[in-house]
Amino acid sequence: MILEYFQMVDRIVALDPDAGTIRTLCQVPAQSPVFIGHFPGFPRLPGALMIETMAQTGGWLVLARLKFTRMPFLTRVESAKLRRFVEPGETLDGAATLTHDGSGFAVIEAVISTNGQKVASAEIRYVVGPFPNDTIRGAMLLKAREIGFPEECQHAE
Amino acid sequence: MASTFETVADIIADTCDIERDKITPESHAINDLGIDSLDFLDIAFAIDKAFGIKMPLEQWTQEVNDGKVSTEEYFVLGNLCKHIDMLAAAKPA
Repeated sequence: MILEYFQMVDRIVALDPDAGTIRTLCQVPAQSPVFIGHFPGFPRLPGALMIETMAQTGGWLVLARLKFTRMPFLTRVESAKLRRFVEPGETLDGAATLTHDGSGFAVIEAVISTNGQKVASAEIRYVVGPFPNDTIRGAMLLKAREIGFPEECQHAE
Repeated sequence: MASTFETVADIIADTCDIERDKITPESHAINDLGIDSLDFLDIAFAIDKAFGIKMPLEQWTQEVNDGKVSTEEYFVLGNLCKHIDMLAAAKPA
């Protein structure tokens, strides 16, 4: 993770676009400017960033199903549960399942866990639309390759 | 069993916090009920789930934008319900 860049996913561990499932690895950094304020003397991953981690885990799944032709934008978070604190240096396992593939939108159920224990969960909804410009698409493709996004999901046939 | 319109109207009332009495088959979702695009996605999700369909919203929007049909075709609730019924009838057994 690079918290100050809002880059939450370090690696795609498993991805099955047809089945609508993904697992990710998200390494909480030992240090970050975010922890200086959150909180002084008690550094913890902000809950908002746990939600962002879940949203990005699901987002990569939606991108894979779209073969990078369009991108998902977070539009709604339902039933978010943040069950415990996450400390600097912890390793989080992300998992998301597509629960609805709508026309112009997608819905996933996401969970993040550590050592098999659920840390947070939520239903995440996205609106799906065109990439705003080539810059963002190019940057996301580079990131996709860094984290192990399958080649065959990076472009439509 | 509730009619298609009753199910759709209940979804809209619940999702958008609109008084149920104000929702009629003649209501235009956007012009009369003031439903915005984000709320319409939530409604679409609920309708898709309730009827086991996938409303082709993007195709419908494109048809309106291309001038092939007016917004009334898909956004007047009575018409929307007819399209929902057609999609539900076309589902594989």
